[in-house]
Amino acid sequence: MTTTTQAQEIIEAFREVPENLKLELLLEYSESLPALPERYQDSPELLERVEECQSPVYLFVEVSPTDLVSIYLTAPDEAPTTKGFASILQLALDGHSSEDILGFDEAFVDEIGLTDLVSPLRIRGMHGMLTRIKRQVSEKKK
Amino acid sequence: MSFPVESNSRFQEYAHPEALVSTQWVEDNLGAPGLVIMECDEDILLYSTGHIEGAVKIDWHTELNHPDNRDYIDGAQMAELLSSKGISRDVTIVLYGDKSNWWATYAMWVFKLFGHEDIRIMDGGRAKWIEEGRALTKDVQDRARTSYPVIARDDESIRAFKDDVLEHFGKPLIDVRSPLEYTGEKLHMPDYPNEGASRGGHIPTARSVPWSKAVNEDQTFKTIEELNQIYRVEAGISDASDVIAYCRIGERSSHTWFVLKYLLGIPKVRNYDGSWTEWGSTVRVPIVKGSEPGAVPVGF
Repeated sequence: MTTTTQAQEIIEAFREVPENLKLELLLEYSESLPALPERYQDSPELLERVEECQSPVYLFVEVSPTDLVSIYLTAPDEAPTTKGFASILQLALDGHSSEDILGFDEAFVDEIGLTDLVSPLRIRGMHGMLTRIKRQVSEKKK
Repeated sequence: MSFPVESNSRFQEYAHPEALVSTQWVEDNLGAPGLVIMECDEDILLYSTGHIEGAVKIDWHTELNHPDNRDYIDGAQMAELLSSKGISRDVTIVLYGDKSNWWATYAMWVFKLFGHEDIRIMDGGRAKWIEEGRALTKDVQDRARTSYPVIARDDESIRAFKDDVLEHFGKPLIDVRSPLEYTGEKLHMPDYPNEGASRGGHIPTARSVPWSKAVNEDQTFKTIEELNQIYRVEAGISDASDVIAYCRIGERSSHTWFVLKYLLGIPKVRNYDGSWTEWGSTVRVPIVKGSEPGAVPVGF
């Protein structure tokens, strides 16, 4: 099992922030989810729907010839919790090798420590995103 | 000390026009003493992204549920919650939220377990407010603490438990979930999460009337004529009916509870909050798969 520096920083950030500000931190993450590059905005068929999420979340993964993984995720503004989770995963995994991502420890989802604050279905949605990211990476790695 | 009821010809046709307000009425009455606007969303971050000025946030997940048991908070906890939010027993609460007001009606139902008298739903919810270009703010107003009284929770009048449902076969039972959840197909869809129940299907004799039939595209409630057709004519409910509604965890069925009780005026409507996540995981309760309601089960 592997992790990434960014994933550890995210866990640390949620640990340090007082309980009553954890949701505000998640909101900040949701606001920093990068927009899709233009080439995907015009090609929605390339994006995979994450069925485990209640809100329409789509993702797409690219693996470069040098084995660097780019992760693209999109979630609606009306679902900031889901968008926050998408943003966290994007931040934790983007730019890493396919090996690092395939071995990425799913315990990360629980280690963020939001399980008491958000409903179990949302947490399951984040697992769904991670599972699908890994599957796409395994299909696309060189 | 109740706040004046909105005079709105669109609401007059409903059995309880006093249980609804329009977005325009809310805007006209912002900041009025004796009126508290409250937002309850499925997505608990939504309020922080912007809400109606002065609105108080209520979190269905962390505030209304008992922290350990699968139950709601008790009278003392509710008194503390509402006091800390600056809510008095005599104020008019106007609830609104995302997802066609699922969680707004859910919060209303929970507050009604404690008998808060004057609660109204903002027709069309958060989406309509935003669609109409009305203002949102991120400012959270401080409200002075109040002393909301400790009221014993009434689990008889509008709440149903599994044992009540087992005694209910033969009387109107409404499954408000999507058709695929009703037939039992949904738990078997590839890659779909199990929604907390180990079996798919519906409670025997339950009629499928998805909650969404009651709303228009802009999330407002349909007219009384349309609602009468759906619930009285097609589902066979009358004023004399003893109705129980259920869904997955009781949120969508709160929406139908509101429609039946306040818009149609059916006196006896209960919400089975255990819903499918309890029934579909319970040992030795009867389940029907497919699109037919099924017969009254024998031996239960």
